[in-house]
Amino acid sequence: MKAENYMTLEFPSKSANESFARAAVACFAAQLDPNLEELNDIKTAVSEAVTNCIVHAYKQTIGTIQLKCRILPGGVLDIVVKDRGCGIEDVAQARKPMFSTGGAERSGMGFTIMESFMTELKVSSTSGKGTTVHMKRKIVQRGGSI
Amino acid sequence: MNLTSFLQDKKLTIALKGEIDHHSAKDTMRVVGNKIDLYLPVLCVLDFKDVTFMDSSGIAIVISALRRMREIQGKVRLRSVPQQAMKVFLASGIERLVEIEEGATVHEG
Repeated sequence: MKAENYMTLEFPSKSANESFARAAVACFAAQLDPNLEELNDIKTAVSEAVTNCIVHAYKQTIGTIQLKCRILPGGVLDIVVKDRGCGIEDVAQARKPMFSTGGAERSGMGFTIMESFMTELKVSSTSGKGTTVHMKRKIVQRGGSI
Repeated sequence: MNLTSFLQDKKLTIALKGEIDHHSAKDTMRVVGNKIDLYLPVLCVLDFKDVTFMDSSGIAIVISALRRMREIQGKVRLRSVPQQAMKVFLASGIERLVEIEEGATVHEG
């Protein structure tokens, strides 16, 4: 599907970049004229995806996180968060609520939140090679045009 | 993250402030834990009135406080939770473990 607009960001897996990533996506999404709840849902899901890269993919190291956003026809925001970290051995298990390998600092709710706050969530991962999280969120059109 | 706290009649109120994510949560968790250990309250109220954003790291902060409070037979209560943070809490089902006060505040932007 041809994108009406797009942007790509690359940044190191430093936790200070969590707020940067969600703010950047929120700014990009603003052209779809989302309401506050839609914008907050997107920010929360992006925060979870980027945090997963920092905490899990690049556990003991700093690696590169790639964030791609596209606006698809019909007011759909398409977000891809990609790392080249350690990968997830069992994606189905990782997506279960309360499952975490991140210790007491993590709640194990990251994927559950991404799944319930976004319209669509796909996770593909290869152990030792990295993980790609692909999310879509349909923004209700309220009469404005982009 | 900045936080303020006060103790009255064995009730410890901790007011959280700003954005809660993994970047800020570790420090917050440590400070909240230290305050519980120091004051040994019967009730710990976490006030979210001035929280402008929260991801699932906030759930970990509450669970960490709950674990400490259970060790001393105390309870945890959440106060003034904004809509965005409330949606994260409800997705986790945390309302089954801690009391959430009615009357959420709404943060714009």
